[in-house]
Amino acid sequence: MYFRSGESFLRIKKHPIIEFRDQKRIQFYYNNKKKVGYTGDSIGSALHALDIKHLTTSLVYDSARGFFCGIGKCSSCLMKVNGIPNVRTCIAPLKADIHVETQDKLADLPDAEFKNISKKKIDVDILVVGGGPAGMCASVEAARQGAKVLLVDENQHIGGQLIKQTHMFFGSKNERAGTRGIQIAKDLEEEIKDFEKNSKINLMLDSTLIGYYEGEKNRYRFGVVKRIDYDSKLYDVCCKSVILCCGAMEDMLLFPGNALPGVYGAGGVQTLMNVYGIKPGKNVVMVGAGNVGLIVSYQLLQAGVHVDRVIEAMPFIGGYHVHAAKLRRCGVPIFTSYSIKEVYGDGKVEGCVVVRLDKNWRPVKGSEEKISCDTVCLAVGLTPSIRILSQIDVRIKFIPEAGGYIALHDENMQTTVNGVYVAGDSSGIEEASTAMIEGKIAGVSSALHLGYNKEEGKKLRKQYVGDLKRLRLGPFGEKSRVAKEKISNVLEAKK
Amino acid sequence: MKNYEKTGILSTKDFILPTKKQLKKGVAILECVQKIPCNPCVDSCPVGAISMKDINSLPVVDFDKCIACGKCVGACPGLAIFVVKIKEDKGLVTLPYEFLPVPSVGEQVSVLDREGKNQGEGIVQKVIKNGKTIIVTVEVDKDLIMDVRNIRVKI
Repeated sequence: MYFRSGESFLRIKKHPIIEFRDQKRIQFYYNNKKKVGYTGDSIGSALHALDIKHLTTSLVYDSARGFFCGIGKCSSCLMKVNGIPNVRTCIAPLKADIHVETQDKLADLPDAEFKNISKKKIDVDILVVGGGPAGMCASVEAARQGAKVLLVDENQHIGGQLIKQTHMFFGSKNERAGTRGIQIAKDLEEEIKDFEKNSKINLMLDSTLIGYYEGEKNRYRFGVVKRIDYDSKLYDVCCKSVILCCGAMEDMLLFPGNALPGVYGAGGVQTLMNVYGIKPGKNVVMVGAGNVGLIVSYQLLQAGVHVDRVIEAMPFIGGYHVHAAKLRRCGVPIFTSYSIKEVYGDGKVEGCVVVRLDKNWRPVKGSEEKISCDTVCLAVGLTPSIRILSQIDVRIKFIPEAGGYIALHDENMQTTVNGVYVAGDSSGIEEASTAMIEGKIAGVSSALHLGYNKEEGKKLRKQYVGDLKRLRLGPFGEKSRVAKEKISNVLEAKK
Repeated sequence: MKNYEKTGILSTKDFILPTKKQLKKGVAILECVQKIPCNPCVDSCPVGAISMKDINSLPVVDFDKCIACGKCVGACPGLAIFVVKIKEDKGLVTLPYEFLPVPSVGEQVSVLDREGKNQGEGIVQKVIKNGKTIIVTVEVDKDLIMDVRNIRVKI
């Protein structure tokens, strides 16, 4: 049992699983008013704890926008920080005395910041983009083969979405089954730190890859911006091989009121609760009974938040039964064949209307039910993040079973461009356990591509490819199997 | 489609039930009905009573081999294993618990079924804190051992 201080009713004081360290108070300015947050907060989480939910305004309409994805992907939290507009406040660390302001639509860019900025050159064997389960495993594996790795992540913490996974993972011993995601993140971080000691891995946090540029022959060149106390440093990174593990972004649903502050991605809520220790609100309606919806609902209960119900448009529960059972025995109902009709409220969520669906997924008239709540979570799927991949000119294809557009890749995780690899959700939406193995495969492949540890590496890769196939064998692996099959069919046809 | 796929609630028809004799000795009930790639329960069993064909098949308990030690209760990532035992005219249910406050031995708690419905009161007999999933054994009416699957600690 762990306790911590913090005056806001939204800050989690005690938690059965997570140890929130006691933090130091930080003073900052919000629209020129003095406010207090804590070390470890992001700007967005600190504002949320103060019950400030309106962060920005829609680019098109005059409606308020608030915290949604929590991982720097959705642009719903853009604010001006120390005069710099469009800062993704959900991931930007809170620092003492910074000035945070709401911005009106698209603010003017100050041209001083990047003009004549000196850039530092970095030459490295392998660049790994994204420090989630796939990226961490890829880095460790490539370094183990002897390659020099630069690992770039835009968050202040390494670990990607693992750092909010408080549940025990499935799988076998090899996939660290029975271990919580938060612990796996810590273990992998330790491995990375060991490689940092002998300079095999160089970890750059708070750093965003801003684009791909043409490099010398057999080299890839990227621009990376590192933020240090809201001062940016520009890096010109050249590498012989690159592994893109950029993760995914939560999907939005179309319904009136979907942009109201208080409508969150379920993963965003998970980040808010389990990374920053902040509750999203008091009463939640969860939309989607896949694993994400079920797991986050259970974690809301653990954080002391009431979950009114889970609704699911499909006629059955999409996630694992064991996750649904955990929720049901705590008294949370799950309504299948139900959808959300609208969310209402004045500037923030005050309630929602749910509706039953018939066999043809059409709303049944008269079945509407009004629910009073302050939070609506959307757990309706993920879309792979592939923007950098599309810049490199790898072949992209729409594969519905993979979650959207993805880079075509072979069994060794290589894309259609030699030396460019993908792993994890950005190669098709799946689980963290499979992302880790894909990362390992990509790491070994990339090192092999550069000529490191030939025989040993090939053997190891074969083993990992086998592990991955084995994990996907069951009925829940069907979607991934179909996705990967389609990808290989397209590649074959191309040959 | 099975009913639990719609509701998230198993009925006792969804798994194999132990005999009265086996219940007196105490057995683990694996409420794991879907083929998900997972096998920590097999590794956790000290007497080899849980087996699986491969990682994607369902675990099977040999009720005669099972010693009701409860190691698998804490090992199951899905929190889907319970140990049930009949002791004279009382029943004992051992279940995983991940909420606060943690109950103490001797404490009276509400006992809940698979739907979270109150099924009366139970007395906490044992609390094992091994990791963050706490293993609680609660004494209930012996007719309730196949129904009680959660507790609510009174605040």
